[in-house]
Amino acid sequence: MTDILQDHIRNFCIIAHIDHGKSTLADRIIEMTGLLTSREMQAQVLDNMDLERERGITIKAQAVRTIYKAKNGEEYVLNLIDTPGHVDFNYEVSRSLAACDGAILVVDAAQGVEAQTLANVYLALDHNLDVMPVINKVDLPSAEPDRVAAEIEDIIGIEAQDAPRISAKTGENVDEVLEQLISKIPPPKGDPGAPLQALIFDSLYDSYKGVIVFCRVMEGKVKRGTPILMMATGKTAEVVEVGYFGAGQFIPSDELSAGMVGYITASLKNVKDTRVGDTITDSQRPCKEPLPGYKKVQSMVYCGMYPSDGAKYPDLRDALEKLQLNDASLKFEPETSVALGFGFRCGFLGLLHLEIIQERLEREYNLDLVTTAPSVIYLIHRTNGTVEELTNPTNLPDPSEIEYMEEPVVKAEIMVTSEFIGQIMDLCQERRGVYDGMEYLEETRALLRYHLPLNEIIYDFFDALKSRSRGYASFDYELAGYEKSDLVKLDILINKEEVDALSFIVHSSTAYERGRKMCEKLKEEIPRQLFEIPIQAAIGSKIIARETVKALRKDVLAKCYGGDITRKKKLLEKQKEGKKRMRQVGNVDVPQKAFMSVLKLDDR
Amino acid sequence: MTIVRDLKARDKMNNLPQLEIYIHIPFCVRKCLYCDFLSYPSTQKERRDYVIRLCEDIRAKKDLALEYVVSTVFIGGGTPSLLEPDQITEIFMALRDTFCFVESPEITIEANPKTFDEKKLKTWRNLGINRLSIGLQSANDNELKLLGRIHTYEDFRAAFEMARIAGFDNINVDMMIGIPAQTMQSLKKTLSEGISYNPEHISVYSLIIEEGTPFYRIYGPQSATAGCDNTKQKGTLWDELPDENAERDMMHEATRVLLENGFEHYEISNFAKCGFACRHNIGYWERIQYLGFGVGAASLIKGCRYKNSEQINSDPHEKVGETESLSLEDEMSETMFLGLRMLKGVSLDEFKYKFNTSIQEAYPEAVEKNIKNGLLEIAHARIRLTKRGLDLANVVMSDFV
Repeated sequence: MTDILQDHIRNFCIIAHIDHGKSTLADRIIEMTGLLTSREMQAQVLDNMDLERERGITIKAQAVRTIYKAKNGEEYVLNLIDTPGHVDFNYEVSRSLAACDGAILVVDAAQGVEAQTLANVYLALDHNLDVMPVINKVDLPSAEPDRVAAEIEDIIGIEAQDAPRISAKTGENVDEVLEQLISKIPPPKGDPGAPLQALIFDSLYDSYKGVIVFCRVMEGKVKRGTPILMMATGKTAEVVEVGYFGAGQFIPSDELSAGMVGYITASLKNVKDTRVGDTITDSQRPCKEPLPGYKKVQSMVYCGMYPSDGAKYPDLRDALEKLQLNDASLKFEPETSVALGFGFRCGFLGLLHLEIIQERLEREYNLDLVTTAPSVIYLIHRTNGTVEELTNPTNLPDPSEIEYMEEPVVKAEIMVTSEFIGQIMDLCQERRGVYDGMEYLEETRALLRYHLPLNEIIYDFFDALKSRSRGYASFDYELAGYEKSDLVKLDILINKEEVDALSFIVHSSTAYERGRKMCEKLKEEIPRQLFEIPIQAAIGSKIIARETVKALRKDVLAKCYGGDITRKKKLLEKQKEGKKRMRQVGNVDVPQKAFMSVLKLDDR
Repeated sequence: MTIVRDLKARDKMNNLPQLEIYIHIPFCVRKCLYCDFLSYPSTQKERRDYVIRLCEDIRAKKDLALEYVVSTVFIGGGTPSLLEPDQITEIFMALRDTFCFVESPEITIEANPKTFDEKKLKTWRNLGINRLSIGLQSANDNELKLLGRIHTYEDFRAAFEMARIAGFDNINVDMMIGIPAQTMQSLKKTLSEGISYNPEHISVYSLIIEEGTPFYRIYGPQSATAGCDNTKQKGTLWDELPDENAERDMMHEATRVLLENGFEHYEISNFAKCGFACRHNIGYWERIQYLGFGVGAASLIKGCRYKNSEQINSDPHEKVGETESLSLEDEMSETMFLGLRMLKGVSLDEFKYKFNTSIQEAYPEAVEKNIKNGLLEIAHARIRLTKRGLDLANVVMSDFV
């Protein structure tokens, strides 16, 4: 297939608000172009992590190449790059977009344009991609394709009258998508004879092949034996294999030339040598300058991750290193906690990212973890004039050394139907939001703009938003710098001992309330023990809230199970297991999930 | 009983290891609302068929029987007193034909008021049954009703008196604490009424809300360790159950009253007049070997625990049920968590003699921690639960598994 002409290639991605049917459309395209028989098909082919399938979301960008025979009789190579939909993973979207020439925009025929629809379209336009709208889920009883088409034109400003109206689920009209794709998305440009210039948009570590680099060749060509140079890292290597992406497998080919999307292996052992966004060139015949990389990923949320079993610390480190191989946005560095022992302070793009990493560590690496409350990065301006970043509340200097503190704020856009505007404004108010304006997109829908402190939205803002709008509000945000803020550190004392892993930073106006709720929550989480346990919240040396866990009075099997000793033993073993999963704080057993309880303070 | 005339044979028999026999009769007139034991309402035919199967199973053990001498038999349920005299007789014929017994075995049958009469009592006596365990639970009719018992307090009175007249001089009375609507006052009545009959043995069990019982659906999950004061759940009848504090106060009161009346508190839930502790149950705690017959019955034989299938109609020759072979560690662990159920505790010397290591060496942390916390104590060369340890026995025992 090396003789494929450039104008018979289409490199595209599918963008959409979460749940609008992106992965389902990808499935249909793969099925209809015959890459997989329907026997091999399973839902969400490109989401090959169990977690992705279970949650029905795409976490990691994936690429696949298929051949489409168009109605004009010609065969086209389609390189489809699937992208994540959640706001946490915008960086993944951004890298995938750089490898494409166009994007299919999927909009739900019932729900219409949502906050992330807009965000993703803007991202695509930023990358100079041609955007082709598709209206999905027309088989739903509540589908209003005409209204949605008008909405796409009004709100986004792209032509949508002839947008294919499809059901990715049933396959209805999906062929129309493919036809329009050929006519509306431009073929790649680039000179196969020019010096090699290829963009790394992802990489993956394989224990047999080493690092597998996902790239889009912009200029020139690359094949087995090409001596390559990673322009940013300066790493050189010799290409061992090139190829393209089958469904769930790598298919070797002779070469990749300008306009193609594929992979390269070169016996690279370290993913850090192949930074996403870097440019690959021929070390003997280098291109003049690297391609513009994409902006570096910023961690927004930090938390401590500790193995429940201290002996598993090296395993946790190995697991984090392995995950980092395929997830450049995951950051971690060692830290220690009095309560939790040795662990890592880890940086994430957002709470979903955190949850996903946590779940992957637990499932794929079989680790039992204790995770501390997430924190954003605060800026500490010391009285001596220095400024430092604070990712772990425990490290907050003495208040006498702090001139002032700053916290990150975001520009949030919330799309909501007009009946819920009041509730959503209340919510933003409660979360210390500053109103930034509102515009009506249609008669019944408005886009609310708010300035919100990041630490108010990382925990449960999304859930609160959904529950107060009966699921109708959608939300997108971007970091908008730092602002001075009146922040305090809230400490938690269990049985008079301060528990470092439970400290968190909070705005002084909500400190009392939070402290009280935290004590209440911990009282529920901590089982009664042999003695009475006071739980206190304190700012500095001042106690602001207190609860008491009363002493355990009865825990005995005062019943005759006759000779069924095995049953007795099982009960005791279960109890012992439960004890093992506790953390010793002083002489109090604290269940691991208590360390996450700050997250659940706003259960309404 | 097999009469052994040959003195040599008698000597040899005395050197054989002891064996206890448990026989499960899974039939009830009606299932009590809290009960999660294997028992069902049944027809006369089902009961007859079951007894035939039991006898076959017993006789099938004739080779194994040669290696042991039986010291106790316990016929439990369910309601064994539901069986007709000829059915019980058949079971004993099978037992006598198959096993050798010690000179004065303890032979118990569980009996519920309203399910037996003078004729049954007479048969039992003649068969050698010398101990009766009668379920009273409460002397308050409203509580009995809430538990779903089929009898009244008056029925118990009649049953007990009948048993005495029939010659039973070793009778246990089961009582229950923590039951719906129970108060300290009503418990005191149950205690004083129960004691007034001068039974030789009293068991005081805590009501446990077990999954799968009607009580579980009414009162919801009850967990000894989880939750704090949130045991009072809205929308359930939870409030009618005494809370944990009240329940413990009742247990302490029961203990006090029983000690005052000359009972010895010898096991977490059991009290006996001198010389009347239940040998069969002590056997469980001291890990004497036992054979269980009938559905769901458990056995401990030659270092293995077995449990029969819970399916009443399962093929006897099919290997079903559960087997667990015990390692040395398992045996040590069992010695501890079973032995600690008895108030006298576990002998330090016997443990060392048996396992060639001391308890303190085998479980250094568990021993040290629980002594420090005031739940265990060492006295008279034995390790045992303290008064507080009795209330929190699971906390201690789970450190030994």
